[in-house]
Amino acid sequence: MSGPLISIEGIARRYGGPAIFEDLWLGIDRGEFVCVIGHSGCGKTTVLNILAGLDKPSDGVVVVDGKAIDGPALDRAVIFQGHALFPWLTVLGNVAYAVGARHPDWSRAKIRAHALDYIRLVGLTGAEGKRPSELSGGMKQRVGIARALSLEPKMLLMDEPFSALDALTRGTLQDEVRRLCHGTGQTVFMITHDVDEAIYLADRIVLMTNGPGALIAETVVNPLPRDRDRLNVHRHPDYYALRNHLIDFLVTRSRSFKDEIAGLAWDRRHPPAVRPSATPFVHP
Amino acid sequence: MTGSLTIRAALVSLLLLAAFLGLWHLGTMGSGPAADMDPEYAKLMGQTATQGTSAMPGPGAVGAQLWHHLADPFYDRGPNDKGIGIQLAFSIARVFAGYLLAVLVALPLGFLIGMSPLMNRALDPYIQILKPISPLAWMPLALYTIKDSAISAIFVIFICSVWPMLVNTAFGVASVRREWLNVARTLEIPPVKRAFTVILPAAAPTILTGMRISIGIAWLVIVAAEMLVGGTGIGYFVWNEWNNLSITNVITAILLIGLVGMVLDQALARLARLVSYPE
Repeated sequence: MSGPLISIEGIARRYGGPAIFEDLWLGIDRGEFVCVIGHSGCGKTTVLNILAGLDKPSDGVVVVDGKAIDGPALDRAVIFQGHALFPWLTVLGNVAYAVGARHPDWSRAKIRAHALDYIRLVGLTGAEGKRPSELSGGMKQRVGIARALSLEPKMLLMDEPFSALDALTRGTLQDEVRRLCHGTGQTVFMITHDVDEAIYLADRIVLMTNGPGALIAETVVNPLPRDRDRLNVHRHPDYYALRNHLIDFLVTRSRSFKDEIAGLAWDRRHPPAVRPSATPFVHP
Repeated sequence: MTGSLTIRAALVSLLLLAAFLGLWHLGTMGSGPAADMDPEYAKLMGQTATQGTSAMPGPGAVGAQLWHHLADPFYDRGPNDKGIGIQLAFSIARVFAGYLLAVLVALPLGFLIGMSPLMNRALDPYIQILKPISPLAWMPLALYTIKDSAISAIFVIFICSVWPMLVNTAFGVASVRREWLNVARTLEIPPVKRAFTVILPAAAPTILTGMRISIGIAWLVIVAAEMLVGGTGIGYFVWNEWNNLSITNVITAILLIGLVGMVLDQALARLARLVSYPE
């Protein structure tokens, strides 16, 4: 199939006053893992909600697989920041609820078996009869991941899924997400505050400037090999070039970017793609 | 130690009961026969003056009467002489009838108000005005329009138990966590299924709290309503025995009213525990 799986085409969002962002364009290819980095208030959660169909853009459209989206759909699964499990259902109940919604024609036994498969995939076998209140934060988020993946969605949307977890648990879950998403060619759109998380997980990192009037400053192509490893990722020659580039952006450029492009003919449809490297990069 | 705390608390409860019964006994046992009195005058004065005994029965007399009632609670010897079990059954039946009607009205209406900000705003003034009205104030209107005292009593129970349930249901439904609704939306759950599988379980603890408040109020109101309506029921029994000047029977009935109220409350509390969820 030609063209990107998801195409964000000129979307804007206004709440009365000035636009949080406007005329935003971005394409995401099938199987790509995209992270969005930006400060609070740049509208990245709004972009995600629009992709999920939970919010509507004031202008523009989002096209998924050739069709403009109109509201939430089962082919776009969301992993929420606060896990959002139903506390009155067990782990199995929560995952099976999603599976049942996806496949209304399946028998109870088939739904159960499918849900158990995904509970095993996130390493929670044995805990399927527990309630969310009996689980640790990391385990709850694993259930959230199992619930989203059990839908076998075209696209996975994650809104800072690990920000409420401690560092150790976060690391383990990042490994899990890498394993699960890269292994199956899952297309992922993820919001994060964490530069290292983006470096470890993303194929491409989208940098958003501060709002209001936020825009995509550039998309950074991750120069690290796709089969990177958490323990050795910082030894890669391009690692620091990438990390410094991202941090420079967050610290200074996200604020001053509008001055940076003042007077230039800025093409919002095609923000520059940058590939930070230890050796100076020469455009072909 | 919770075990020893339970035992000590039970001990203190028993001591308090013993002290209360002792004081009650002392306060009502009287001072013995009074000084010599002209027999004609004594007849006029009654027992309190002549024997020194109180018209207020002691714990022994009430205990004996309670036993007498409980030994044969379901006899029926005409309209003014029915067993206390029958009287309580009439009251409980009225409470259940009015309460069930209130559930049938309050839960769907509460759902509507909770889910629709428009209906919430539109109905709010009516609820605010109707809610504080004493249920007994409706009684004359009910008697006039319904023209049946038994159904009027049920209507009074309905009108007093509907408000806590309505307000709590609306509040519970309106404050279901946004993210749970978002989950339902991303899973494309149709509205009716969403109401039953997400909103209802999420709001159930709040709804049950309202239902528990309602059953308490209904049981409070039925006694007063039956005093007005008459005929049958524990409220009528209390009023009847007051007219008979049988304080013993009045106290017995008061005890039983408390016991039944406690049982109703505990039943709803147990139901509330079933639907509650820790977060």
